[in-house]
Amino acid sequence: MPGAARRVREALPLLPFLTVVVIFLLIPTVTVIVSSVYADGVFSLDRIAALFTGTALSALADSVLLSGATALLGAVFGAVLAWLIVSSPPTSMVRRAVLSLCSVLAQFGGVALAFAFLATVGLNGVLTLWMQQLFGWNLAASGWLYSLSGLILVYTYFQIPLMVIVFIPALEGLREQWREAAVSLGASTWAYWREVAIPLLTPALLGSALLLFANAFAAYATAAALVSQGSPILPLLIRASLVSEVVLGQEGFAYALALEMIVVVAVVMLAYNLLVRRSARWLS
Amino acid sequence: MRAATVVRGALWVVFGLFFLFPLYAMADFSTRNLIAGGRTGQAWANLVTDQALYQAIVVSLLLAVFTVAAMLVLLVPTMIWVRLRAPWARGPVEFLCLLPLTIPALVIVVGLRNVYLWVTYLLGDSALTLTFVYVVVVLPFAYRALDAALAAIDLQTLSEAARSLGAGWTATIVRVVVPNIWSGILSAAFISIAVVLGEYTIASLSGYETLQVQIVLIGKSDGPTSVAASLATLLFGFALLLLLSLVTRGRRRARTLAPGVTV
Repeated sequence: MPGAARRVREALPLLPFLTVVVIFLLIPTVTVIVSSVYADGVFSLDRIAALFTGTALSALADSVLLSGATALLGAVFGAVLAWLIVSSPPTSMVRRAVLSLCSVLAQFGGVALAFAFLATVGLNGVLTLWMQQLFGWNLAASGWLYSLSGLILVYTYFQIPLMVIVFIPALEGLREQWREAAVSLGASTWAYWREVAIPLLTPALLGSALLLFANAFAAYATAAALVSQGSPILPLLIRASLVSEVVLGQEGFAYALALEMIVVVAVVMLAYNLLVRRSARWLS
Repeated sequence: MRAATVVRGALWVVFGLFFLFPLYAMADFSTRNLIAGGRTGQAWANLVTDQALYQAIVVSLLLAVFTVAAMLVLLVPTMIWVRLRAPWARGPVEFLCLLPLTIPALVIVVGLRNVYLWVTYLLGDSALTLTFVYVVVVLPFAYRALDAALAAIDLQTLSEAARSLGAGWTATIVRVVVPNIWSGILSAAFISIAVVLGEYTIASLSGYETLQVQIVLIGKSDGPTSVAASLATLLFGFALLLLLSLVTRGRRRARTLAPGVTV
């Protein structure tokens, strides 16, 4: 079969790439999925069942709350900031600098962002000390920075820039001609936004919000650096069960928690892709 | 119209304060002398004088170099080959490259234990073995950058011309294609460096002491030094990406960086 031989010859140069991806991406993923239902070679739903107990459920609820709140805040404020950036002169150095800063904060911040907020509103933070001297307020009281509300603040700090990066292409897809057409037909600026721009941008806006949700849901570094004790959210619960296998009274619980994370992120990303395809019809 | 200008100005100020104040606070915090009052550069000096931290910086920089090299060696020939000779594989390769966006690093590290038993058995127990996983982590970013660059050239004609003049595949790739997709390679490399230097999840949960892991460790006893190192990595990443946007010009950078947008 010459056809088959050709296929093999064509596929051969792909082998190194495939090997690395299979060993370091697919095998770990399959390990997680399989190990969450197989314990010591025996099929068992115990680990999955443990996902529906107190600690795991409350971690999931807090993670959903954190991701939902910061996706909403990030999407709203990020869209506003993206509009500010797009409507300023495109060649300016300021614009390049703002976009570069957004990329850094959105995608490579991690641990550094936790320390940024420790230096700002932590116990000896700069803003904390100012407030204490000026008004006698104690900003760092009760350690809120290390709780869910603190995480919401710090996550918003990287969610807004991510929204800017994801949303700017959609905003740039709005053509000037559409606004001119609307205005020449007698529309006011407000009417143009309400009747043309916002309906066109809605799928992109919702899609970006979903991406932000998935991003926050899977984020680990910032929370891990900020919260060293306890495990209020799902990623930190995974850490706890990885570091000490007996902490939750069950070995291999991390696999089930990781599976839960895959499922949530995959569902959200699927919805995201559907929305992006829809918005690409007009804005591309 | 004037009201709009005022609103825009006010919004810029609010966003500017929200994003720049924490960075200013890091600079202030890391130069504060906690004991005698006033200013000190001790925390910044620790970046090179603190043995553990310095070692971690070296490890992270080496990891960045190895990851970029491995990523390029693995991805560039594969992507060229797929476009020229195996178009049927383009969809699957793209899918695999973008898959790490859907499978969080945390999940990979949970499932990685058995794989790493073999890796450390075969290659020894070194932080540099993280290179393999990091190649996977940077795949989506690198793929987008390289894909955009490859789409912008007439790959078919270039390679046929090179091949008809007697060049082998290696010479075609290294001497003809690579110089033409230089900006894409640069983007992929810069973004990968930024990702590797900022990576914490996999390194910390596999127990290797990279820069970020060390920053968190030191943070428990010496806040200013951790803050100084954090600010240094942010500034380094910022400089890297700003340089990239100046080199590549145009608007493509913002697009290639955006996760999931260029589907």
